[in-house]
Amino acid sequence: MSAPESACAAALATASMEVMTGNDAAATAAKLARVQVIAAYPITPQSPVVEQLSAWVESGELPAEFVTVESEHSALTVCIAASTVGARTFTATSANGLAYMTEQVWWAAGARLPIVMCIANRAMAAPWNVLNDQQDSMSVRDAGWVQLYCRDNQEILDTTLQAYRIAERLHVPVMVCYDGFLLSHTMMPVSVPDAAVIDAWLPKYDHPLTVVDPADPRNIGPVVIADPRADASGEGHGGYMEIRAQLHGALLEVLDVIPKVDSEYGAAVGRQWGGLLWEHMLDDAEVVLVAAGSLGTQLTVAAEKLREEGVKAGVLGIRAYRPFPVAALRGKLAGRKLALVYDKALAYGYEGPICSDLRGCLLGTPDAPAVFGAVCGLGGRDVPVDQLAGAARRALADAEAGLRVRETDWINLHLEG
Amino acid sequence: MSTTKNGQEISMSRPSVGEAGRTGDWRNDRPVMDATKCLAVKQGRLTCQICWVYCPDGCIAQGIGPVIDLAYCKGCGICAQECPAGAISMEPEADHGTCAIDAATAEEAGR
Amino acid sequence: MPTKILDLPDTSYVLPGNRACAGCGIGIALRQITAALDGKMVMTVPASCLTVLGGMYPIASVSVPWLNVAFPSTAAAASGLAAGLRATGREGEMTVLAMAGDGGTGDIGIQALSGAAERNDDFIYLCYDNEAYMNTGTQRSGSTPAGARTTTTWAGKRENPKDLPRIMEAHGIPYVASTSAAFPTDVYDKVAKARDIHGLRYIHMNTPCPSGWSFDPKDTVAIGKLAVDSGLVVLYEVVDGVFRLTSRSASLAKAGGRLKPVAGYVATQGRFRGMSDEAIASVQAWVDTRWAGYLARDAAEHCSSQTTAS
Repeated sequence: MSAPESACAAALATASMEVMTGNDAAATAAKLARVQVIAAYPITPQSPVVEQLSAWVESGELPAEFVTVESEHSALTVCIAASTVGARTFTATSANGLAYMTEQVWWAAGARLPIVMCIANRAMAAPWNVLNDQQDSMSVRDAGWVQLYCRDNQEILDTTLQAYRIAERLHVPVMVCYDGFLLSHTMMPVSVPDAAVIDAWLPKYDHPLTVVDPADPRNIGPVVIADPRADASGEGHGGYMEIRAQLHGALLEVLDVIPKVDSEYGAAVGRQWGGLLWEHMLDDAEVVLVAAGSLGTQLTVAAEKLREEGVKAGVLGIRAYRPFPVAALRGKLAGRKLALVYDKALAYGYEGPICSDLRGCLLGTPDAPAVFGAVCGLGGRDVPVDQLAGAARRALADAEAGLRVRETDWINLHLEG
Repeated sequence: MSTTKNGQEISMSRPSVGEAGRTGDWRNDRPVMDATKCLAVKQGRLTCQICWVYCPDGCIAQGIGPVIDLAYCKGCGICAQECPAGAISMEPEADHGTCAIDAATAEEAGR
Repeated sequence: MPTKILDLPDTSYVLPGNRACAGCGIGIALRQITAALDGKMVMTVPASCLTVLGGMYPIASVSVPWLNVAFPSTAAAASGLAAGLRATGREGEMTVLAMAGDGGTGDIGIQALSGAAERNDDFIYLCYDNEAYMNTGTQRSGSTPAGARTTTTWAGKRENPKDLPRIMEAHGIPYVASTSAAFPTDVYDKVAKARDIHGLRYIHMNTPCPSGWSFDPKDTVAIGKLAVDSGLVVLYEVVDGVFRLTSRSASLAKAGGRLKPVAGYVATQGRFRGMSDEAIASVQAWVDTRWAGYLARDAAEHCSSQTTAS
C-alpha cells in the first residue's frame, strides 16, 4: 500500500487547483486523455465543452482532429468511424442532441467502440426547456453504453478520465452524465492532475477490435443473420443474438471493472469515488434516499435534516446506472426499512426509471426494504431540501403504515395552479 | 458454441468467393462461347475483352478467349448481349441436362 | 486520354458468388472503382443494395476494408475515417471512399454529405444512383425519374429528379463528376482522377437496376448506354469549377449534339409502362433544356479553356 500512497501523494503534489465549470472539467479531462478525434455539435448546456476543446485544438495545445459536424447524428458517426480505425474519440451532447443521435448510440455499443461521451443532462422537449433533468440519458439506458453519473465538477473530470480506461478495457462506450447548469455552468474548485501523471495512468489506445487494413481487408458491421454461420474455412461464428449476448456480458463485466479502475485511479491520482455507488450516513440508516447525480448531494442535506428530527436517514448515490449494480444495491439495502428513489426522469405512464430498476432488483430478496418513488426537478424545477425531506417523511409514514406499494410522489408540483 | 472470442466477438467478415453459395444455381440460361467467333481467338491476341469488363460478378477471366466461371455465373446474359461478334449465346440450362451445381462440380472436377 | 478496356487493370476485388441480383449494375462499376484505387482504400457503406452485395457475416464479397454504417451517416462516417486515419498517422495508407445509393445520398444522407462538402473533408463520395429505394422494394426517391412507377408512386412519379451533382457543385468542392455503370472505363478514369485530388470529391453514377426498372438483366449495359444517348444521363466532370463533357456524352456533343428520343428509352423498361405521351413530352422538354445547358457549359468552359491552353 505504501507505493501507491506515495505515488498518489506525488500526483496530488503536482496537481493544480483551478476553479472551473463542469463543462470545463469535462473538456479538461478530454484534453488530459489526449483524445485524437473530437466531433461535437453545439447544444445548451453542453456547448462550452465544444468551444473549449475547439480553442485548444486551434491553438495547438491539443493535437487532435476536431470535426465541426452539422449535427449530433454526424458527431457520433465521426466518433464511430474514427474509433473504428483506432483513434481515441470524444463527443458531448444534451437532450434533443442525444435523442437525435440515438440511432448511432445503439450503433456505437453494438459495434463495441470505446467512445466516451459527456452528457450535460437536460430536459427533453416538448415543450422547449433547456434546464436540467435526467430524462435524456435515461431514455437511452438500454442501448448498451456504460452510464456514470457525477455529483460535482471534480467527479466529472475524474470520471471522464476513468471512462476511457473502462471503455478501452472492455470495448464498450461510456456516457459520463452530469446535471446541466447545476454542474455544467457552476464554478467549483477542481484539482487538475498533471499531464504526465495521466499519461502514465492512461496509455495510448492501440488495441481496437476492428481491423482497417488493405493488406487484411475486413467488412465491419455487415448484416448478421439470426443463426450462427460458418466462415469460408468452416469455423463457426455467432449470429446476431450471440453478438448481442457478448455485449451484455461485457457490460456485466464492467461491474467489476468500474470499482477496479476507480481504485487504480485513486492510487495514481489521489481520489476515488466509490466505484459503483457512493453513500452518506448509510451505516445505521433505516431510511435510504437514493438518487443519481447532483441530486444525491442535495439529499445528503435532506438526510442530515431528517437525522436532526430523529429519523435514521442516509443516502445511497448511484454512480453506475448501467450496468445496474444489482449485487451492490442488494448488499447495501438489505435490512433497511425504506428506500425512497428520487428520479429526475419519468417512464411516462409508469414511474421513475431508477425506482423501477431498484424495486425489480430487490424483489424477493431477504430483508428487502419497501421501495417507493418520487419524481422531482423536471425541466429545472427547483428541488428544495425541505421538500426532499418532506417526501421522505411521507414515504416513511406510508411504510410504517404497512404499505409496500404506492403511487409515485411528485415533489414541488403545483397542478392546481 | 465456439464463437465467443473472449466475449469480444464483433461482426467483422473476411473476404471469400461464394459468400452467397454457388450462385451458378441461380441460372436459367447458360452462356456458351463459340470460340471460332471470339475476336480475341480469331486475332490470336488479347483484344476486345468486352465480356470481361461488363460481367457484374467478375465471373469472366480475361483471355484468348475469355473463360466463364459457371460455378458462380448467375446467367444475367450481359456478356452475350454485349459481345460485338455474337460469340456468346445463352442456352437453357435444361438443354445441358444437368442442374447448374452439378455442372459446376463436374467442371471443377475436370480441371 | 481516356483509358481503354484493354488498359484497365486485370485486378479483382469484387469476388464471384456474391449476393447481388443477376445483372446488377453496381458490380460492373465496383470492379473498376476498387481497381482504380488499387484496393488501397477503406469504403463506408450505409444500409443499401451494396450492403447485400458486400455479404453476410462472417463472409465478405469484396476484398477491401469496408465499414457499414447507419443509413443517414455515410458522409459523416467518411469524415470520421479520414479524421481517424490522420489522427493515427495513417492517412497515406488508403483512400477513403463513401459509397451510397441515391436515397442514402440525396434524401436521408444529404445533411451529412452537405456538411462534409462544406468542410471539404478528404474523401471520395460515390453515389450509385439506381433511381429508387431498391433494397427495400423499389419505393420512390428524390432521384426517381418522372413517369417511373414505384411501390410508392403507382401511377408514375410526377416530379423530375433532383440534380445531385449540381447541388454538390454548389458546395465549391474540387471535383464533381457524373458517370454511368454502363461505362466502366469512364467510371475508372473518374475515380482514378479523384484519387489524386484532395478534399471532397463527388461522383454521381447512374446504375441500371433490372429488377427495380423492370427489364431483362441482359440489358443492363444497353439501357445504361441508351440513357446517355437519350440525354437522361450525361457524362461529365467539373474540375475546380471547369465543366467538360466526357466519354460518350462528349462524342454526342462532337457529333452535333443529337439525342435519341426519350420515348425510345422509356419503352425499354416496365417501370414506365402506361406513361402518357404528355408525360413523356414533359420529360423530353426537361432533357432538352438540360442538355442544351450542358452543351453550352462545355463550349463555354471546357472548349474555351482548351483554346486558352493552346
